[in-house]
Amino acid sequence: MPINYYILLSVALFSIGIVGVLTRRNAIIIFMCIEIMLNAVNLLLVAFSKMHHLRALVADRATTVGTDAQLFVFFIMVVAAAEVTVGLAIIVMLYRNIHSVDINFLNRLKH
Amino acid sequence: MNTIIFSALWGVLMMYVGFIVKKQKSATAFAIVGLIVLLVVNWLEYAGVSIFSIDLQGMLRYNRLSLVFNLVIIFSTLVYFLLSGSDIEKFGKSSSDYYALIFFILTGISIIAGFQSLLMLFIGIEIISIPLYILAGSEKNNLKSNEAALKYFLMGAFSTGIMLMGIAFLYGDAGTFYLEGINLGLGKITPMLAVGMVLLMAAMSFKVSAAPFHFWTPDVYDGTPTVFTSFMATIVKAAGFFAFFRLFENAFGNLHADWEILIAVIATLTLIIGNVTAVFQQSIKRMLSYSSIAQAGFMLLGVFALNIFAKQGLVLYFAAYSLATLGIFAVLAKFKDHSIEAFNGFAKQYPLIGFSMLICILSLAGIPLTAGFFAKYYMLIAVIKYGKMFWLVIVGILCAAISVYYYFKLVQAIYFKEAAQREEVVFTRSFELIMLANAILIIILGIHPNWLMALLYM
Repeated sequence: MPINYYILLSVALFSIGIVGVLTRRNAIIIFMCIEIMLNAVNLLLVAFSKMHHLRALVADRATTVGTDAQLFVFFIMVVAAAEVTVGLAIIVMLYRNIHSVDINFLNRLKH
Repeated sequence: MNTIIFSALWGVLMMYVGFIVKKQKSATAFAIVGLIVLLVVNWLEYAGVSIFSIDLQGMLRYNRLSLVFNLVIIFSTLVYFLLSGSDIEKFGKSSSDYYALIFFILTGISIIAGFQSLLMLFIGIEIISIPLYILAGSEKNNLKSNEAALKYFLMGAFSTGIMLMGIAFLYGDAGTFYLEGINLGLGKITPMLAVGMVLLMAAMSFKVSAAPFHFWTPDVYDGTPTVFTSFMATIVKAAGFFAFFRLFENAFGNLHADWEILIAVIATLTLIIGNVTAVFQQSIKRMLSYSSIAQAGFMLLGVFALNIFAKQGLVLYFAAYSLATLGIFAVLAKFKDHSIEAFNGFAKQYPLIGFSMLICILSLAGIPLTAGFFAKYYMLIAVIKYGKMFWLVIVGILCAAISVYYYFKLVQAIYFKEAAQREEVVFTRSFELIMLANAILIIILGIHPNWLMALLYM
């Protein structure tokens, strides 16, 4: 399968994420959209990894070219998990104070 | 390399210190000891003595520039702890948690200082960002602090997503995460490479709050507790710039002529928006956050020029900007009222601190005999030596002139206005002396900037 399909799919997912972040008002939904963006990147990295690996395989049967992108994906997952813990804690803290997760409430800092 | 291990270890130690020691003062003392250990370790590495030697597969490499940058960062953090330690102690049940978070941020900055792979760039930036989200929201019952934390978190995570997309596209084009590999493979601009580079540029501009992506900065800096704003606006920002510089020098150096116009536009916008908006601010904290955007514009000139003057200038700029801003924020953190009027007649009441603040403000404005002057000077020289786009120099000088106006509003309040009714603040003797030492250091750097810059060549 050509790489173009994978690129299109992940760019589409990524755009859905960006549009969601820019238009939705619920903090948790924004957060989910950010996760969609990160997962679009994961998909793209795995696709590129396979592409580079197949290319290098022609010249050398025992090559490890392209495996580093799959390692990168694990790092993204771990960091995203760490971000979720902090982010959800912040959202819970906000919910305790204003009993809502709507970011339209967040205008106290505008002068 | 060794600073990464030591600062991570010390961060873990700091968390346990919170259980063992109940007095807040001793947590501060322990943190200061930790920073001195980091300074020594970093200096040893500079001198060629490595305590741990680990095969890093070329993912991290430390040269003179990264070690001197690390030195400046750790020293600024030391100044920050000495000046603002007593204010950190007032937060929460145990201040050692906050010190631990700051040590973890230093771990991230040490990774940023030496990254040679996009993986390390990503991990370093995330290790810096995640503890910062917590610091921004550390005042749990204050809605402004909550709001700042949520805004910073959403913006930070969003820009991380953009950065990762950029990295993915670059990988697709180059087939490697190593900066050198990417730089060597550059020839013709392919669509994938262009998209990746622009996305990375946008994400880095987010992190350093450069102009089209600066809108979160004033809100976040304003809402965050003042003690932590000062850390966020100085040391973390310097780290972001170092990452920006290193990335574009090592990964895209061969395409310099193609992306320089983009950086030039971002720098111009940052300078103009930052300086002009700062003029209209009534609160000092908000004014300083716009001024930090304006200073970011000057540092971007270094990323634009990418030559030896830019390297020297950036190191000097980090030191000058961090020391001066830390000094002003340390005084500001003691006050509840952050309007400019609150400082009317300040120098009559506290002559020593008033004088130290004056030096800090002059340095930010770039008046000769202070460190800020040579920092700005080197940035402009770097652009002139680069030999293209001289209009950037003119914009830089005009914006420096505008900045004098709003900085001097503060000087005017401190020295020439009648004393108003003010909340009583007690400054300890040691705080006064450290402020004065900070001011003297700024003047020394202003007279002998080469003492710092010579470290790059020793």
